[in-house]
Amino acid sequence: MSMLAIQATGVGKWFGEGDARTVALRGVSLGAYFGEMLYIVGPSGSGKTTMLSVLSGVLRPDTGTVSVEGTNIWSLSPDQLAELRLHKIGFVFQDFHLFPRLTTAENVAIPMILKKQPWDEAISKAREYLEVVGLTNRADLPPVKLSGGEQQRVAIARAMAAQPDILVMDEPTASLDGDTGHGIVTFVKEQILNDKRCVIVVTHNNRIYDLATRILKMEDGRLSAIVNGEAS
Amino acid sequence: MKGILKLAYKLLVNDKSKFTALLVGITFAVVLMLQVMSTFIGMMKRASATVYNIAAPMWIMDPAVESAGSSIGMPDYVLDAARSMPGVSYAVPVYQGNTLAKLADGTYQPITIIGLDDTSLYGRPKLLEGNIEDLYGENAFVVVKDGDYPKLENPHVGTEFQVNDHRGVIVGIADVASGGLFGTPTLYTTYSRALQYLPNLRFTISYVLVQPKSAADIPRIKDQVKSMGYVALTKDEFVDRTSSFYMWQTGLGINIMMMAVMTFIVGLSISGQTFYTFVLENIDKFAALKAMGANNRELVMMILSQAGFTALIGYGLGVGLCSFMITMAKMRLPSFASQIAYTNLGLGLVMVLLIAAVSSYFGVRRVLKIEPSEVFRG
Repeated sequence: MSMLAIQATGVGKWFGEGDARTVALRGVSLGAYFGEMLYIVGPSGSGKTTMLSVLSGVLRPDTGTVSVEGTNIWSLSPDQLAELRLHKIGFVFQDFHLFPRLTTAENVAIPMILKKQPWDEAISKAREYLEVVGLTNRADLPPVKLSGGEQQRVAIARAMAAQPDILVMDEPTASLDGDTGHGIVTFVKEQILNDKRCVIVVTHNNRIYDLATRILKMEDGRLSAIVNGEAS
Repeated sequence: MKGILKLAYKLLVNDKSKFTALLVGITFAVVLMLQVMSTFIGMMKRASATVYNIAAPMWIMDPAVESAGSSIGMPDYVLDAARSMPGVSYAVPVYQGNTLAKLADGTYQPITIIGLDDTSLYGRPKLLEGNIEDLYGENAFVVVKDGDYPKLENPHVGTEFQVNDHRGVIVGIADVASGGLFGTPTLYTTYSRALQYLPNLRFTISYVLVQPKSAADIPRIKDQVKSMGYVALTKDEFVDRTSSFYMWQTGLGINIMMMAVMTFIVGLSISGQTFYTFVLENIDKFAALKAMGANNRELVMMILSQAGFTALIGYGLGVGLCSFMITMAKMRLPSFASQIAYTNLGLGLVMVLLIAAVSSYFGVRRVLKIEPSEVFRG
């Protein structure tokens, strides 16, 4: 078995208080390993995006712990946690969250700029990442001039620019047609996933299930089924 | 941090419509603020025109004098006493009065006459035409070529007029540091001729101009003058007293301040709302940056740099536009009382930075509150 990239133990999360309280996660435990592409699937409202938020260190759980490469991330200070996200975790958001006022290359350069790399060097590296995702000729265009699939690839290039150990992807195919979506995830599996990297994908698109190493199904804030493999 | 600031800069300037709206708001506020304050400073300088133009280091006057334009006659013994005080190098009288001049076409024009000490002509202006010695000639006057000069029908050397049925003749045309506030042309003559031409009260000396032997003598001279029941002020103190009078006792200063405050509020509301909208429109991007690993300090620096950059550019544009407007106005209206000084430039800068600080405060609060997890809410 490969090394654990992320270990979640007894993670619980709820929103609101009293009668308005909604439980999103009910003591979920799971592990994600280097070298695997782990899917978290389930219907809307099952808690999979909340789980991804907790795992990636952007949403504090109410109970339980999350360890990234052995570090309990929710015991870190906000600045330490931001630093950990910057160096260990790459994000591909459902809505891409590309900056429309920047060029594609500048968008990709953002993680490197956050890592204090000089601007010109970051832009130059960003062009290399864009070459990897096949968008060299789009480097100087704003993202709004790109198609949905191209924007998704820019988002992936940006996530990769952080050189993360863990890549989290939230509904990576939601804004794309079937073939493009499958092509994007295939690209991630073939070009980005390796023995030293873990990819966690939240999706409800069963047309990309064939690309998963393991699939964990969530329902009502719990892991309800393991479609493929083991929970941890 | 340099890269983050460049990122903030690009996010700001590439949003051309918002950036333009912000610049217009701040530039508008700066122009209004500077215009109001420049007018005030220009008026204050003109209110002290006599003090600037004569430029004596010390002025002895009646304690009831509130401004340079409202002298109260003093008896001759004040001059004699000043001349005999230890620490005084020399002291001379000066007369300042207003009357009507009858011009060649028969019309009357209010004028200000300044009578300089007959012996020394201390405080004489710089002449553009004529010789200052000609002031000793019969009926001689020197006219100041300022914004009010055309009101005397643009006189030249040799032009005649009448003051209280006395003949007057222009023997020189002078340039001075500052024109007067009240829109009356200024004529210089000798002290004795001024007394001869203008109806006089019992006491005739408007001010005694004093040259102290050294700066260290100033406090001693002040004490001696005070013991006589009069007051001695340095040039700067007299200017300040005049400014204080107009600022606090005429309502002018309060009105100017109210206008400046209203301008500040207008500028703040335009720029503040636009900047806050700019931050709100980018709030998901700030959340994305937070999720990617930007810390709060970096995000705050981004917002502050955006606000500061906009404020400084707007300030520069505002100063430029205001200077241009004043220059154009002075070309058309030479007596236009408006002057940009370091004081109002400094005050304008402080107000603009305040606008930037308040505008960014709400944006910073919003950004600090945003949870990075919000980026996952599709």
